[in-house]
Amino acid sequence: MADTENTYEVAVIGAGPAGLAAASEAAAGGAHTVLIDAAGQFGGQYWRHADEQSSSEDPAVWHHGWKTYTGLASAVDDAISAGKLQYLPASHVIAAEAGSPFSLSIAPVPESQPEHQGLTQIRAHTVVLCPGAYDRQLPVPGWTLPGVMAAGGIQAFIKTQGISPGQRVVLGGTGPFLLSAAASVLQAGAEVAAICESSDLTGWVPRGVSAALVPSKGKEGAEYIALLARHRVPYFRRRAVVAIHGDQRATAVSTARLNRDGKALPGTERIIEDVDLVGLGWGFVPQSELVVQLGAQMFRDADGSLVAEVDKDQQSSVPGLYLAGEITGVAGATAAVAEGRIAGRQVAGLRGGGRPPRSSADIKDRVLRRNHRLFAQAMHRAHPLPQQWPEWLTDETVICRCEEVPWQKTKEAIDSLSAEEPRGLKGATRIGMGWCQGRMCGQAADCLASSDSADVAQAVARRGPAIPVSLRALAGESGRESS
Amino acid sequence: MQSSPSDVLIIGSGAVGAAVAFFCAKAGLSVRVVDKGRPGGGTSSRCEGNLLVSDKEHGPELDLANYSLGLWRGELAEFAHLWEFENKGGIIVASQESSMASLQRALQVQRQHGIEVEEIDVPGLKELEPNVTDQAVGAAFYPDDCQVMPMLLTAHLLRMAREAGAELLFDTEVTGMVRTGDQIQGVRTSQGTYYAQTVINAAGPWGAEVAELAGVNVPVGPRRGYVLVTEPLPPMVFRKVYAAEYIDNVGSSEEGLQASPVVEGTQAGSILIGSSRERVGFDHTLNPEALQMIARNAIALFPFLQETRILRHYFGFRPYSPDHVPVIGPDPRVPGLWHACGHEGAGIGLSVGTGKLIAQALTGEQTDIELGPFSPARFDTAAVPEGQEVP
Repeated sequence: MADTENTYEVAVIGAGPAGLAAASEAAAGGAHTVLIDAAGQFGGQYWRHADEQSSSEDPAVWHHGWKTYTGLASAVDDAISAGKLQYLPASHVIAAEAGSPFSLSIAPVPESQPEHQGLTQIRAHTVVLCPGAYDRQLPVPGWTLPGVMAAGGIQAFIKTQGISPGQRVVLGGTGPFLLSAAASVLQAGAEVAAICESSDLTGWVPRGVSAALVPSKGKEGAEYIALLARHRVPYFRRRAVVAIHGDQRATAVSTARLNRDGKALPGTERIIEDVDLVGLGWGFVPQSELVVQLGAQMFRDADGSLVAEVDKDQQSSVPGLYLAGEITGVAGATAAVAEGRIAGRQVAGLRGGGRPPRSSADIKDRVLRRNHRLFAQAMHRAHPLPQQWPEWLTDETVICRCEEVPWQKTKEAIDSLSAEEPRGLKGATRIGMGWCQGRMCGQAADCLASSDSADVAQAVARRGPAIPVSLRALAGESGRESS
Repeated sequence: MQSSPSDVLIIGSGAVGAAVAFFCAKAGLSVRVVDKGRPGGGTSSRCEGNLLVSDKEHGPELDLANYSLGLWRGELAEFAHLWEFENKGGIIVASQESSMASLQRALQVQRQHGIEVEEIDVPGLKELEPNVTDQAVGAAFYPDDCQVMPMLLTAHLLRMAREAGAELLFDTEVTGMVRTGDQIQGVRTSQGTYYAQTVINAAGPWGAEVAELAGVNVPVGPRRGYVLVTEPLPPMVFRKVYAAEYIDNVGSSEEGLQASPVVEGTQAGSILIGSSRERVGFDHTLNPEALQMIARNAIALFPFLQETRILRHYFGFRPYSPDHVPVIGPDPRVPGLWHACGHEGAGIGLSVGTGKLIAQALTGEQTDIELGPFSPARFDTAAVPEGQEVP
């Protein structure tokens, strides 16, 4: 493997809002850049859309900020055509090592590149890591039934397929994203039977100033509310989906009003029948594997997520490692794009040695970032997880789906096996040892085995490889012997 | 408020510390356990849980392994289900005539020292392990090799120790020894001072650091090893299977990276794949070379594994002792200080023997086997500054 061939000035990991913004700015600034992404086409989770090759539909109808996407995507495409940027789609970074240069091990996504199985090593002097986030889940009785999805999963399905995975949908959880998911369901022609928001929203009142800083969010919210009103969607505050019923699949839910701590109030339970899809959304979990591997300083954000510290130029505590998007704090796509641009300009500008000059566009992005971060902090405080959610569980409720660990066994481990923190709980129960490696049940384990420490969360998030990888790939064999 | 002195204060709540706590509490001693982290948070949560006789050379370690095996199957049999005890048996596979010859020589010696082992031919091997490599030329089967789930072992031993009266203090780091003259009287910790008749160093790979607080040299340090965990599969590997080179690696003192394949199925369906050995201190950075060597070796032993996916890899720090013999018993250089560390890769299997022998010695009983060969007296008297290797 020739050294120069696989060495870049900048490696951008992730082609969602932050990654596309970072890659376009880095390439525009003249940096020899590689953009690595697990998906086969641009967009990440947020701008996930139907296969561009085979679909004739205009994705714009399903998306907010699609113009921003097309602008970024064409800038990146131009950079690729001009030979300024190398694009590696369908490629997973499974391991990263800090240093100068950084070293990245890349595995092909098997479904997309069956002919190519080995690992590729790439080196880069700076890395802009934009790993995005996935849905945060809390177990409730019945959550493992078919017909129960993450709210984000429902929206992603609609964005790629153009149809709703269910015809009568109940959404539950907390945060404005529930509204966005409901809007997608309605737009796809299905019914939203109820939205259960666990927070009472009064948390927004003292934080109105922060919210007012981001008028676009207010406008987006107003649009959703108008849409829900038009469809007469019942919207409940301080109410949660506390159980899901059905034999073969979800057919009904129990909702209950919550007290201030999140306990279900007796006598307030209601059953919603004839449901064929339940969407649960409790916020998002930033994808932290590579950041933890690289050793960046992390902390607990207001929503409890493990996120990384960055300076004003998006650089982490690891020199040369820049981070943009949800990994610096869940704050949405607009903040991610601003952060990605700031990071991209910075890493391109630094190549000369000096400090990159501040353009007016850069100053605008910094203001945008600040306002959206303030908004996000207000949002996290107004939408806390209901503290007493474990009260909704029954002994049989599965906490970890992969290893099928029920609540009863979990309680026993916490009470008698000194498993009061997530790692001990994992060892004593196998919660988080299966296929998902805790990506699905991690939030529950984190709440149950209560620990506020970022160190503990980091120890749990220390998982390699960043995605499952075949032994053949690890062994470094090409897998091409048959050709 | 000052806590009352205990008979025994154990530093470390891994499998060894937990076993010492369990047997001491059972013997009627008052016990306090302190750990700088969480129960089993060090090596015990980052290993495979092997109870092996097949990789032992004759000597004190084998005696302790056999003694421990008797406890696992005897006195502790009633708890076997709690820690998923499985008498699965081990197989050493030779893939070359030359390694078969050295395996045969090893068997002979092992048999003389009472290890149960039978040589098996290729059809016999295929019957036990249908998915093993076609390159195999012969093998040896060890019916006494067993496995437990190490975190459950540790958690349940600690629970039973607590039920027998032991006090467990986690997130409590020992920062110094309390002494009167030469005599150790207790420990100072991040949470206060605790007095005890006897302080027991069960700090695993941190054993040297604890000994140093008492001013003595116990040259036990970390030897890093990786384990790869596969996706859950239907049963494909039925016993603990490893290659003939593994024995040489266990017995070597090489500092550089060594790897030899060790492959075994678990009750949960995933396959655990080891092993590597490297003395790199408490280094937490990834070594892709180690992963690559393990992957290659494992595929050579079980070719079907090449399409199997790895969900996770992790590493642990084995408490390496330079002569491969654990350090167990009173330290003649410092009255009041005992050791129970340095079990390297065998600590899970040897934990219960270690715990029982220490409890016997502390209560003035005749120990079931001699502690002499494990005595820390074999090390020199000077404390070794941190980070310095001991020859």
